[in-house]
Amino acid sequence: MTKSSPPSLDYRLTVNGRPHEVQDSWIGESLLYVLRERLGLPGSKGACEQGECGSCTVVVDGRAVCSCLVLAASAVDSEITTIEGLGADQALSDVQQAFIDAGGVQCGFCTPGFVVAVHHLLSNHHDPSDNEIREALSGNICRCTGYGRILEAVREVVVRRRSS
Amino acid sequence: MSVLVPRSLSEALDLLRSDPSATLLAGGTDLMVEINLHDRRPRSVVSLSRIDELKTFHVGDDVVTIGAAVPYADMEHGPLAEALPALAQAARTVGSPQIRAAGTLGGNLGTCSPAGDGLPVLAALDAVVHVVGPDGDRHIPFNDFMVGVKRNSLAGGEIIRSVSIPRSDCWQGYAKVGSRNAMVIATASLCLSRSSSSVTVALGAVGPTIIRAIDAESWLADACDLSLKVPSDVASEFADRVAASARPIDDHRSTAAYRRHAVRVLARRLLERSES
Repeated sequence: MTKSSPPSLDYRLTVNGRPHEVQDSWIGESLLYVLRERLGLPGSKGACEQGECGSCTVVVDGRAVCSCLVLAASAVDSEITTIEGLGADQALSDVQQAFIDAGGVQCGFCTPGFVVAVHHLLSNHHDPSDNEIREALSGNICRCTGYGRILEAVREVVVRRRSS
Repeated sequence: MSVLVPRSLSEALDLLRSDPSATLLAGGTDLMVEINLHDRRPRSVVSLSRIDELKTFHVGDDVVTIGAAVPYADMEHGPLAEALPALAQAARTVGSPQIRAAGTLGGNLGTCSPAGDGLPVLAALDAVVHVVGPDGDRHIPFNDFMVGVKRNSLAGGEIIRSVSIPRSDCWQGYAKVGSRNAMVIATASLCLSRSSSSVTVALGAVGPTIIRAIDAESWLADACDLSLKVPSDVASEFADRVAASARPIDDHRSTAAYRRHAVRVLARRLLERSES
């Protein structure tokens, strides 16, 4: 059990395999806020703050969730993976590269959420159908691309992974 | 001010006893929206996300028991979906994959919104809500549990432990109307269960609570032989009677008239599906 006393909370989160201390935080801070404003991990994007847009998607204990809907201080014993934790150090992941190659990135705001959701999909499904891809990405909203090139990028990753 | 993450139900009950005003947190998909939009500033929070007992389910021969902290994602496929197809259909309509990975049946019951996607299933299938509290356990039929818009019969210091749903050979189905297919809050929803002699129907998002269409249920059982195909004129009147039991309002999501129309269509549609 984790307990903190007034007037502020101190706790530790494990993000991308590394421990991070959070100090003097307010009780109601979302994981998204803490990642961006306290831990220097601004890759996850905030827009709707109510779980509708998917741009803050991270993986918590093996499940892709909206970090805006995770109470940060309740995630003390969780394994958290953000967009910053994907791919090799300082290099793009295959999903990121495929998004670029397919033209699946325009303004780029939704991209981190999509990339996390795609990594999560492909870690569980090696050969998803079009419907499975669409369903897996139905919680991520993009206002630029019309989705066609994003779907193309996902299919391209599947092909590249199969041939490598 | 604290965020406490107990590891057992008894520990959680102790925490609530020492701080009765603490806010309970399940999947966070309701509470965090209220906090993010500045509608709520909790003084202390007890998270139920790390209590293993609440995260298990059991598919028995007679009853399926689902822990309060089982996420909707786990009801979409697998043993729960096989045992309770209507619950699986409802689970698949909840928010998005990210919401279903976090949102729980216990949270749906704690919030008790009339638009809660899982709730019509619990009403139609005569589910029982199991709660634990300082005065012991209580087992509350769902139809007594929900008492109004976002109001339930939980007493102070009580925690929802699980829901049990009787198994049967009945056909069961769920359908929902919203303004789009993914990531939508219900404008109207309906769950129907049918045996060779009876039918149960529950409506969501068209009244202050989930509504059982009791008049339509008993009328249909008297009007025809449910082991056979229901005649078209009987099905039409059944749908009209189900729609008449709705108590919809006009709000930002829809109009009362449209909601009543949607209920009529869903009732007819699910009755037809039960024959295919």
